Amino acid sequence: MSATTRAAGIVLGVFTLLNSAQALAQELGGVSSLAYPGPAWSPYIVGALIGVLSWLTFYFSSKPIGASSAYAIIAGLLGKIVAPWRVEKLLYYQENKPQVDWSLLLLAGVPIGSYLAAWTGNEITGQWLPPMWEARFGEGTLLLRLLTAFAGGALMAFGARLAGGCTSGHGISGTLQLSVGSWVAVICFFISGIVVAMSLYRI
Amino acid sequence: MKTTSETNASAEGGFRQLIFGLIFGIVFGFLLQKGGVAKYHVLMGVLLLEDFTVIKVMMTAVLVGMVGVYVMHRMGMVEFHLTPTRYGANIIGGLIFGAGFGLSGYCPGTNAAAIGQGNFDGFAVIAGLMAGSWLFAEASGRMKDTVQTWGDRGKLTLPELLNLRRGTVTALTAIVLVVLLVVVELLAPR
Repeated sequence: MSATTRAAGIVLGVFTLLNSAQALAQELGGVSSLAYPGPAWSPYIVGALIGVLSWLTFYFSSKPIGASSAYAIIAGLLGKIVAPWRVEKLLYYQENKPQVDWSLLLLAGVPIGSYLAAWTGNEITGQWLPPMWEARFGEGTLLLRLLTAFAGGALMAFGARLAGGCTSGHGISGTLQLSVGSWVAVICFFISGIVVAMSLYRI
Repeated sequence: MKTTSETNASAEGGFRQLIFGLIFGIVFGFLLQKGGVAKYHVLMGVLLLEDFTVIKVMMTAVLVGMVGVYVMHRMGMVEFHLTPTRYGANIIGGLIFGAGFGLSGYCPGTNAAAIGQGNFDGFAVIAGLMAGSWLFAEASGRMKDTVQTWGDRGKLTLPELLNLRRGTVTALTAIVLVVLLVVVELLAPR
């Protein structure tokens, strides 16, 4: 059992370190995400319901939940309007014909559901700059935020297509099927995500 | 004899499945917002290792989803939909994705939820997601015989890797997830 004890010790140590690092960041005037409101519902209830939702998509649609490939469909559909000859030449679009399908409708439903949730919970934001970003980078930084957001989106889409999925497709649907690649990918998502977020907010 | 899911899958592309997709999407978006993961600071919070809401939502979803899908599969009600394990692509793509996640503060699914609750900076992320998808498609021909072949193991699962029965690995993973969830709940500030 010594391996278990050691693992528990490491986990405990990491958390203690994190808590002190966070206290230090706040003392130094750093921006803490905990200063802003948390979730409306218990994350465990929400997580369990997303788990149940995945049963339903497997059973009724024979599909796993995923989000990123729908953006590739939208890009492909736009490409077919602007430069159809180019779309036909690209291997990805030869293998994945851009067309309105289940996954695209799933993504289209997300903002509708989120709007209903925010509306019923009085959480509609209607803002261009997230308050935490504003606290860190100042009020007149909309252009910087939009450029960062655009670059982030581009990297995410490229990375998700290469890795074979995103936080939904790998992070939930792939891991719950015990796919090795999904566990590897989701660990990588968090490794570089932590490095970049720390660089933005803690340096 | 066809299983239910095969019968349903044959209707794929049909109008009925599009409606199912939309309904599932609405429920998904509703849950993401209620779970707080449509909020920029909650998503940045997990990457700053301050706010563990995302971890709690994801691990509970995997726990419940994994057990249910395993049981349904045993009963012949559903099939698995695995993506290939390609260590090179999973790792390189995963690291690129993570960097984008850290920069934008949203991921592809939660970004759509963020827009739904009124975070307009999510529109810039959408533009980026479409540009990145196109870029990938442009590069896809060259990557097929290079990156995509590095460490290609096909549709590999943990039970196959560990040479254990799926039921055993499901039970073990469930125990690990429960223990981690308890630890996070006891020690994390949120």
